[in-house]
Amino acid sequence: MNRRLLRQALPFLTLAVVLAATFYVQPRTMSYFGLNLMLQYAVPIALATVAQMFIITVNDLDLSIGPFVGLVSCVGATLMYGSPALGLLAMLALIACYGAIGALIHIRNLPSIVVTLGLSFVWLGISVMILPSPGGKAPDWLKALMAVQTPWVPFPIIAAVVIGAVVQLALMYSSWGVVARGAGGNPKALTRAGWSMLRTKVVMYMLAGLFGVLSGLALLGLTTSGDAHVADRYTLYSIAGVILGGGEFTGGRVSPMGAVVGALTLALAGSFLIFLKISPDWQIGAQGAILIIVLALRALVSYGEQKR
Amino acid sequence: MSGQAIRLDGVEKSFGAVRALAGVDLTVDAGECLGLVGHNGAGKSTLMHVLSGNLTPSAGTLSIGGRPCSGGWTAAAAQAEGVRCVFQELSLCPNLTVAENVRIVHRSLKGFGWKGRARALIRQKLDEIFPSHGIAPDDEIAGLAIGQRQMAEIARAFTVTDGKLRLVILDEPTSSLDAVTARQLLAYVKRETARGTSIILISHLLGEILSTAGRIVVMKDGKTVADRKAGDFTRNSLVAAMGSEAREHTRGAARTAGAEVMVSARPRSGGPAALEARKGEIIGLTGLAGHGQTRMLLRIYERREAQVTGRLAFIAGDRQSDGVFNLWSIGRNITTRSLATLRRGGLIDLAAEARLAGEWKDRMAIRTPDVNNNILTLSGGNQQKALFARALASDAAVILMDDPTRGVDIGTKQEVYAMIRAEAGTGRTFIWYTTEIDELTHCDRAYVFRNGAIAAALGADELTEEKVLQASFAEPAA
Amino acid sequence: MMGKLLRQPWVYSFGAAIAVWLATIAYTEGQGAGAILTAALSFATFTIIVGLGQMMVITTGPGNVDLSIPATITLSGVIAMKVMDEDTGRMAIGILAALGAAAAVGAFNYGLIRLLRIPPIIATLSSSFLVLSTAISYGRGIRIKPPEPLAQFAGAQVLGIPIMAVAVLALSIAMAVVLSRTVYGRSVLAVGQNSRAAWLAGLNAGRTRFVTYVLSAFLAGVCGILLSGFSRGAALNMGEEFLLASIATVVIGGTSVAGGRANVPGIWGAALFMYLLVTMLNTFGASAGVRLILTGLMIIGVIVLAGGEEQR
Repeated sequence: MNRRLLRQALPFLTLAVVLAATFYVQPRTMSYFGLNLMLQYAVPIALATVAQMFIITVNDLDLSIGPFVGLVSCVGATLMYGSPALGLLAMLALIACYGAIGALIHIRNLPSIVVTLGLSFVWLGISVMILPSPGGKAPDWLKALMAVQTPWVPFPIIAAVVIGAVVQLALMYSSWGVVARGAGGNPKALTRAGWSMLRTKVVMYMLAGLFGVLSGLALLGLTTSGDAHVADRYTLYSIAGVILGGGEFTGGRVSPMGAVVGALTLALAGSFLIFLKISPDWQIGAQGAILIIVLALRALVSYGEQKR
Repeated sequence: MSGQAIRLDGVEKSFGAVRALAGVDLTVDAGECLGLVGHNGAGKSTLMHVLSGNLTPSAGTLSIGGRPCSGGWTAAAAQAEGVRCVFQELSLCPNLTVAENVRIVHRSLKGFGWKGRARALIRQKLDEIFPSHGIAPDDEIAGLAIGQRQMAEIARAFTVTDGKLRLVILDEPTSSLDAVTARQLLAYVKRETARGTSIILISHLLGEILSTAGRIVVMKDGKTVADRKAGDFTRNSLVAAMGSEAREHTRGAARTAGAEVMVSARPRSGGPAALEARKGEIIGLTGLAGHGQTRMLLRIYERREAQVTGRLAFIAGDRQSDGVFNLWSIGRNITTRSLATLRRGGLIDLAAEARLAGEWKDRMAIRTPDVNNNILTLSGGNQQKALFARALASDAAVILMDDPTRGVDIGTKQEVYAMIRAEAGTGRTFIWYTTEIDELTHCDRAYVFRNGAIAAALGADELTEEKVLQASFAEPAA
Repeated sequence: MMGKLLRQPWVYSFGAAIAVWLATIAYTEGQGAGAILTAALSFATFTIIVGLGQMMVITTGPGNVDLSIPATITLSGVIAMKVMDEDTGRMAIGILAALGAAAAVGAFNYGLIRLLRIPPIIATLSSSFLVLSTAISYGRGIRIKPPEPLAQFAGAQVLGIPIMAVAVLALSIAMAVVLSRTVYGRSVLAVGQNSRAAWLAGLNAGRTRFVTYVLSAFLAGVCGILLSGFSRGAALNMGEEFLLASIATVVIGGTSVAGGRANVPGIWGAALFMYLLVTMLNTFGASAGVRLILTGLMIIGVIVLAGGEEQR
């Protein structure tokens, strides 16, 4: 029982350790503005991670979320800047696309990895057609929203907590969330109980689309211009964030709060490595090492807890 | 209470060329317990899936509570009409808690406070059916022992929120339960039917059926072939109706006393006793289900703190998770354990492989026109025979069996028993975990397990239900 | 016979490849038909080499995939070029060093998966970061040409057929034999279907996965050496395109993502198809965006046509 608690607490402990290490290396970050600066980009990453989590809940994987976020930023910087109504319509259409993909994957029983791999090309292609090179302008309200100065606690932290709490409530505590997670745990049992797997999957994919859209808009608010390649890394970040947060690839075992915390950790690790003044050659390698260390800790904790 | 709970007229179901149901008429009255028996492949499972709305029949009509059911009979409709089913393979979501799994079958459990209501519902039902079950509503299913999972699923089937409970179908409900919980369940079945709920009980344990059901229907080849009051059947007449004769066998004399010791091992929980198996012996492992028998087999298989002479082979009881390779042909499934010996110059000799598969298909009498067909074209019992063939065709001197006849029909069982005795006669050693006390009559000796340790070692003349139960429940001497 | 052939998933990938080729030469009115095929064979061989390794990894079961292939290609190319240092006499030792490093990456991947119980996707992803950093750090600003014999081998042709394509064909046949007629190959297929059942049937699941990850990394190493010979030098981004390409060829080629079913000919069809598709779009004068969109839609289209996994 203790080990189970420890495992659930692990994502939070990891975040605390990375945070403490950052403060130690660069004490000036231990301030409202320091945190605000370091965690700014955690908001879009957290949103993309939650999007990925919805897909992982139903045992699929979305390799297209990065390019999708990039596409949203391009559409936001062009169509939405000119005409908010048209932009909103385009976003709704993108979410509907996600739902349709979910339906296709379910009905034809396709491997989600391949379909979303193909989709990543499609999203990227559309983005490149809209904005061959970075450009466009973010709507002012979006910039204003992402630059909000909240009292006491920096906005990114508040935003992350709210996102995590809302999704946690919906997926872990609501009666609907039980069905959604059950769909990942034992789809056959769900069908036998009279639930429609198709509907469940479509809803989960549309939720992923919704959070992908939110992620793209949040990112656009920060970067202030659109870029097709701005979020290429997000696919990997989002998968790593879900796993760091205690989620598993199959069986409907996920943790929304953990996923958000995982995303925060990843965002913070980036800043931490810069403060450490590691040679740029090893920046990316150090990120890999952090990932490995955290997962090794998790293995250590759950060792003996599972399997007898 | 009277009236009909559910009624089928001329129901047919075909899968391609295979006719699983060939015109079934069946009536279940309100408040009756109907026993349903038949070989594997007789059509019981298909019938159940039709009743629970998971399969649409090709022909025939279904009426519920006396009203013909004209619209689509779907899983959702069955739920709404109070028809529940406990399938042989469990229908719980392993990543959810017991209470959350209750929500899956009750659409009305929603809104504020649903979880509290779900907890109360399942706790009360578990207490009612299985006193001292040791399951908490917030336990995750994956963390429960297999027997507890089955208890949770059975209890879930009997929970009621809105509407009424009309019919509960129990398919081999006691397969993972030990003797005590199985008895608790059967007693509850009687209480529940007295309250007006109808129950269809499917079991290979004829004793259970004869003692619990009011009426027994026998199925064969997709049809019902006998339908009488339970009192009109005896064990033998029931077996005869299913189409295979009950055979008494004679035990071989204790011919292995001085033979070489092949396996000697201690259970993990220690205890004074160790397990020993000699060449040519059939050793039974028994006791309440889940008391360390399977773990013992795995320890021997891994050679962890166990001395083993010669090679080992393992026959799984849980075909789907431990045994069958779904994508492969019957032949490949059989030869998997023997690949190393089929090599000529580093490569597997395909002709020799085909010969081996063919030979064992014949010896085990696996019912298939062609061993190159996919393994899933076989019925469950024949798949199990292929697993036996895999182990017996190998060079193993010691064969470990993990309740291998789980859910296998009587005819197949008899063939398997004969094969085991014949192989033991040639000097092979069998260590056989079984949940059916009847099967111990085929063993030379048996060990009774309790709490992971060996509670008693019984000789051939002591292998009676009474002795086994005594050893299973007795307080530790020390 | 025909019906049986049509049920083979790899037939579709070859069909698609031929259709795309025909469309291209119809547009050019037959011009360069042979040259296109030669180029396709040259470029596809690299994808096929890593595709074979990826295929084995994916076949060992759900969740198994090697994301470190691009980094390993780069590392091996960089090491080979640096150790050889344009000296023909040092070719053998360069090849050995590169392949040794690649195999070590494979062993490291397996170690992460096994000892730390990290899902393979994350394990190979994390290790690829480390490997890439190593390659960057080791190969800082390299611009070293390959020794002449290596470059010649990688580019040689007989009657329009690249020598390398013939060598890779032999490798593919060997791999098919390994899959169906060795204990290792059968173990890969069995472990991919059900690793617990494979263990209980006396097969060594751990060793099988170990060999598979080492094999995949080794083949990535081979690809890295040949690629730096072919393109006259190693580059730090030389592996990039092979991540998506290796996965896409395996799956389009009819290997089951759920594990347990591998398909060697399909990899050829899929690799040729993917190259020819890009050629066709270039020939049609499509913009970069259109090219990307159509590539994506084709991948989705092929997988939808070839059908999904059967329910297990």
